[in-house]
Amino acid sequence: MSLFNASSCHGNGVFTSPVEWRSIESHIVCFFFFLIKSEMSSMNRKIIHTLAESISKQVDHFSKTEVECLIREFNLLLGEPVSTGRTVSGLDKERFRSILHNNFGLTDDMIMDLVFRTFDKDNDSFVSVKEWIEGLSIFLRGTLEEKIKYCFQVYDLNGDHYISREEMFHMLKNSLIRQPTEEDPDEGIKDLVEITLKRMDHDHDGRLSFADFEKAVKDENLLLEAFGTCLPDIMSADAFELRVFQEPAEL
Amino acid sequence: MQEFQKNPSVVVIEMGVSLTKAAQWTTGGKLEFTSMNETLLREILSFVEELGSRHPQEAEQVLKEPLRWSTTLTASDFKTDYDISDSGVQSHEKDAEGRPLLQLCPPTVNVRSFGQLCKLVHLAADKKLDELRACLEENRDAMVQMFGNGLEKEDNQTDVPRLVKEEEDEVKVKLFHLVQNLDELLIKKLLKEITETVELDCATVNNDVESLKELCRDGEKPALESIRFTSDYEFSNGCRAPLWRQVHGEICYLVVEPCDTETLYITCSNTAVFLNAGIKQEVEESGYERTSDTYKDLLTLLKSRSPHFAEHMNKQKIKAGEFDEMNEKGQEKESYRQREKNVNEKTRKHHVPRKRSAEKKYEPCPRWKNLGLMSPCGKAEEKKPKSSGLEKVQGSGARSRMKAEFSLSSLPGRLSSQKIKTPAGAMELSSESSSESEEEEEQSERRLESNTDLPPEYWQIQKLVKYLKGGDQTATVLTLCAMLDFNLMQETCQLAIRDVGGLEVLINLLDTDEVKCKIGSLKILRKISHNVQIRQAIVDLGGLQSIVKILDSPVKDLKALAAETIASVTRFRRARRTVRQYGGIKKLVSLLHCVPNLASLTAHQQKDVEVARCGALALWSCSKSTKNKEAIRKAGGVPLLGRLLKSPHENMLIPVVGTLQECASEESYRTAIQKEGMIKDLVKNLSSDNEELQMHCANALFKCAADKQTRDLVRNYKGLQPLVSLLAKVNNKQLLAAATGAIWKCSISVENVAEFQKYNVLESLVDLLTDQPEGVLVNVVGALGEFAQIPASKTTIRKCGGIKPLVDLLNGTNQALLVNVTKTVGACATDQDNMAIIDQLDGVRLVWSLLKNPSSDVQSSAAWALCPCIENAKDAGEMVRSLVGGLELIVNLLKSTNKEVLASICAAIAKIAKDKENLAVLTDHGVVPLLAKLTNTTDDMLRRHLAEAVGHCCMWGSNRASFGEAGAVAPLVRYLKSKDHRVHQSTAMALYQLSKDPNNCITMHEKGVVKPLIHIMGSDDEMLQEAAAGCVRNIRLLAVANRKAILFY
Repeated sequence: MSLFNASSCHGNGVFTSPVEWRSIESHIVCFFFFLIKSEMSSMNRKIIHTLAESISKQVDHFSKTEVECLIREFNLLLGEPVSTGRTVSGLDKERFRSILHNNFGLTDDMIMDLVFRTFDKDNDSFVSVKEWIEGLSIFLRGTLEEKIKYCFQVYDLNGDHYISREEMFHMLKNSLIRQPTEEDPDEGIKDLVEITLKRMDHDHDGRLSFADFEKAVKDENLLLEAFGTCLPDIMSADAFELRVFQEPAEL
Repeated sequence: MQEFQKNPSVVVIEMGVSLTKAAQWTTGGKLEFTSMNETLLREILSFVEELGSRHPQEAEQVLKEPLRWSTTLTASDFKTDYDISDSGVQSHEKDAEGRPLLQLCPPTVNVRSFGQLCKLVHLAADKKLDELRACLEENRDAMVQMFGNGLEKEDNQTDVPRLVKEEEDEVKVKLFHLVQNLDELLIKKLLKEITETVELDCATVNNDVESLKELCRDGEKPALESIRFTSDYEFSNGCRAPLWRQVHGEICYLVVEPCDTETLYITCSNTAVFLNAGIKQEVEESGYERTSDTYKDLLTLLKSRSPHFAEHMNKQKIKAGEFDEMNEKGQEKESYRQREKNVNEKTRKHHVPRKRSAEKKYEPCPRWKNLGLMSPCGKAEEKKPKSSGLEKVQGSGARSRMKAEFSLSSLPGRLSSQKIKTPAGAMELSSESSSESEEEEEQSERRLESNTDLPPEYWQIQKLVKYLKGGDQTATVLTLCAMLDFNLMQETCQLAIRDVGGLEVLINLLDTDEVKCKIGSLKILRKISHNVQIRQAIVDLGGLQSIVKILDSPVKDLKALAAETIASVTRFRRARRTVRQYGGIKKLVSLLHCVPNLASLTAHQQKDVEVARCGALALWSCSKSTKNKEAIRKAGGVPLLGRLLKSPHENMLIPVVGTLQECASEESYRTAIQKEGMIKDLVKNLSSDNEELQMHCANALFKCAADKQTRDLVRNYKGLQPLVSLLAKVNNKQLLAAATGAIWKCSISVENVAEFQKYNVLESLVDLLTDQPEGVLVNVVGALGEFAQIPASKTTIRKCGGIKPLVDLLNGTNQALLVNVTKTVGACATDQDNMAIIDQLDGVRLVWSLLKNPSSDVQSSAAWALCPCIENAKDAGEMVRSLVGGLELIVNLLKSTNKEVLASICAAIAKIAKDKENLAVLTDHGVVPLLAKLTNTTDDMLRRHLAEAVGHCCMWGSNRASFGEAGAVAPLVRYLKSKDHRVHQSTAMALYQLSKDPNNCITMHEKGVVKPLIHIMGSDDEMLQEAAAGCVRNIRLLAVANRKAILFY
């Protein structure tokens, strides 16, 4: 029951640093899995409830009930914990990719890996429940600004806060049918990169800073996902919300 | 090519179809020096040269008959292996009978084997092509010469194995095969070129149809009942299919009624002819799919479908052959040259039907013959034993035809032939509106000129379109964004997108599932569709259907963009019709659902409002077609528009009011606008800051205020004052026209006139009589006419100096304006002082001369105006007489068929006839019989003025008796049964005048006039009483006189 205390303490602002939060969260998750396994559903519900309460305070776009639903969905997707002995757990890359593919219609493996990397904020190769909900908050309901930030992070392959020519080329390299007749089959893509760079690089430094990207997207919203689809289309997003949020609240 | 494989012998009999058919012969039997022939020769040459080395055995085969031609070679050219003598050269090689295989007796040379031919060609060195040419020219039946007549006589089903048995000569058959293969090779090669170069052969189809039409008229037993195109409009490239079908290579659609089977709906495309699912008119998407096998040409299809037709055609065949010879060579070539020349021009000279000769009706299209080598019909012909006459005819027809086609391809290289295609494509788009009779501006032929002049944008756009075609979703979106960066409102860019095939791609994107691609595509289309030609191209390519479909999308941005694009595209009628036919109106109306007037909106609601705004924009654009107005109403659009009318946003109000004012031309809308309480909102928005909005509101009121209740509502909602204040906006003519229009219609109510006068409207209106466009003038004068119904206004108009500009306007030509001006001048003329001014300005003469105007509205309006003028002029009689020919003119107008004109002229005649001298002139011009002729009318308006005219015309000479003789009395008696009191009045007067003639009294009495007259005597109207009583008195007096006469005699 110390968990409850911890989370309520957190609510009172005692534990505010992310480090502390992460440890608590991992405790919760750990306990949570334990509960699933032992099928103590009433306890389980309480745990989810508490967890939801704490997370919903940190996430803008979901209500508490919605967060609960998302936690349940997360558990469902996670299924049985692989090994009971492990403490840190979450969705691994493979599983996350299949979720992106099945639920949100993303197809490009490279982009999906990038999305995973962006979701996985602590870089531990797992998307934890909190990362999951935070990510979905932007994924499903983010404001334009949030989405711009998110997309920029996805496209910034090496994390240097710039999207370089090379990165663009890397992301676009399969986007054009190569003309075998042409001398340089990549010519089209190179040209496309140049055109795009010319359009978006407002400070003319040959790479896209976040400011460049933000300005370009605000001018023309279509450029939000300029280098590959990394957000769900409205239909699949709606379908996902409908399915997850309207599911009967039981486990 | 299947035909060849099945019937190889046919090919050979023809001595190599490639030579007879494909080679381009001059009329003198020479091979022309064209690139096509050159290729042909080279192919044959290499065949001959290789034959010697590759197939030595076959080369040795002795030909049945020698190939003989006059050569340029001389004895000195020959070396060893030959016996050279004075008389000529003989080869050492001899055939079985000892004849030399090559024999030269200058200038003639005989060659009996391919081996020798090969050697000879070698000897000829650089002249080998010439030699071969001569050989071919002089041995037109080479195949027969080579293999003997036995082949040709065979049934065409004969195949090679049978020949083997008969000839028992394998080598010969091998050679035969080789030659045949060559032939086949050549034909394939040529055909490939033909099909590449001769696409969209519209002229052929046209000619076919033309000829078949002739056959339809062919005496008692036509081959077909009828044949017609589904569309009369022909694009400048000769096609009749809509452009988006032309993309599929379709040329036109035909509806053919054969004599013996059901109606055939036929598609002619550049590759085949086939039945479709039934295209009767254009724009039926379902009808285009193919429902039958494909046929090589129209004739084949018809023959297979209609046995009667096939039989008929077989009968005609011989004659057809004869005819070919006469016509084909010259005319065909001619028309095709012309065609080629005109390809870049807008003219359609080449479609002008060729001259008809007596035999013309039997002329089948040359194409039937020419492609006959592939078609059953052609085959049938070739089955017949060869009669040289027919054969020659066929050859020549085909040759001239081929020549014409090849001349197109003789332009250097592939690139040029592609270049030809593009301008033709561009032309068809742009020339379209001429037939569409769109209200859109006439568009001129504009396209980006040849390569050198192309702007850099053109190449950049071309590159982008290439990426669009080959890119995935991400690349597509990036490319679309790049394209959006161009100035898409600039015509160069718009046309460039079209010319590089970008429109097709953009429209294609609309049918994908990719939201972002669709958004990007629509963003571009929305802009470039400001160009007339682009709009039409979008519709032709079927883009509008896709856009309409997008209206169902759950993505609001998409819906809004689609609606906006529709708004931009539907500026011509066909587009609006297309939207309606694809259910677009209903979808657009459903976009209007939103909560427009909440103070604070959520993001979602804001988007709804934006969607609704775009929907209204599209409806506004669509509502220019009457049927769409009806469709909008049926879809429940009126109450929704009414709700949006309460929106506080101008950008929403403008399209909404725009739609309403557009639709207010329909009675149903006017009622609805009034019933839904929209007048209040319209009046409110008259005071908006936005002039466009003010204009649309004023326009809506202009149209609605024809209804009295609406006029009262405008007054009650205090709308009159804002209308008056709009008169100050003298610089915005459209607004001024709308405002004056609304004032005009509102002033029909007297209460409104009184209200208007509080704001000194008359003064402002009179000021607007000068230096305004006609649109404004019509309304201003109309309003003045309504005001002038009140005596006080007439004085005001005079005092403001309004009479002179009004009279000046009588010199105009705008009919609507003239109608209003005459009406207003007439109204002003009821005032004595005004009349004096009008007279002084020679206004009566001007009004009178308007009787000559072709418009009956102007005529009647002028005649009405004359009445008060004559009545109030000082010396009216003299004034009328001074107008030379005026009275004759007016009498002649009694022959008009327009009731309004007749009534007004009768009224004028009644006034004129008050002057005795003028009446005499009228009588001389035969006014009496003309009036009498009109008396049978049942129109009360006309009856009233007619009776008045009759009454006044009785005052001269023997006119009373004349009316009686002309049978005018009896019908007049019937007028008394009319329900119109005013008809009674004038009729009673007329009857009173007529009753002064005894014979008329008798007629009246017989027709039972007394009873209604006695009834009328009970009227309150003294004039009426008096006239009725007078008439009865006259009848009575006659009766008394009669009785006395009987008593005394």
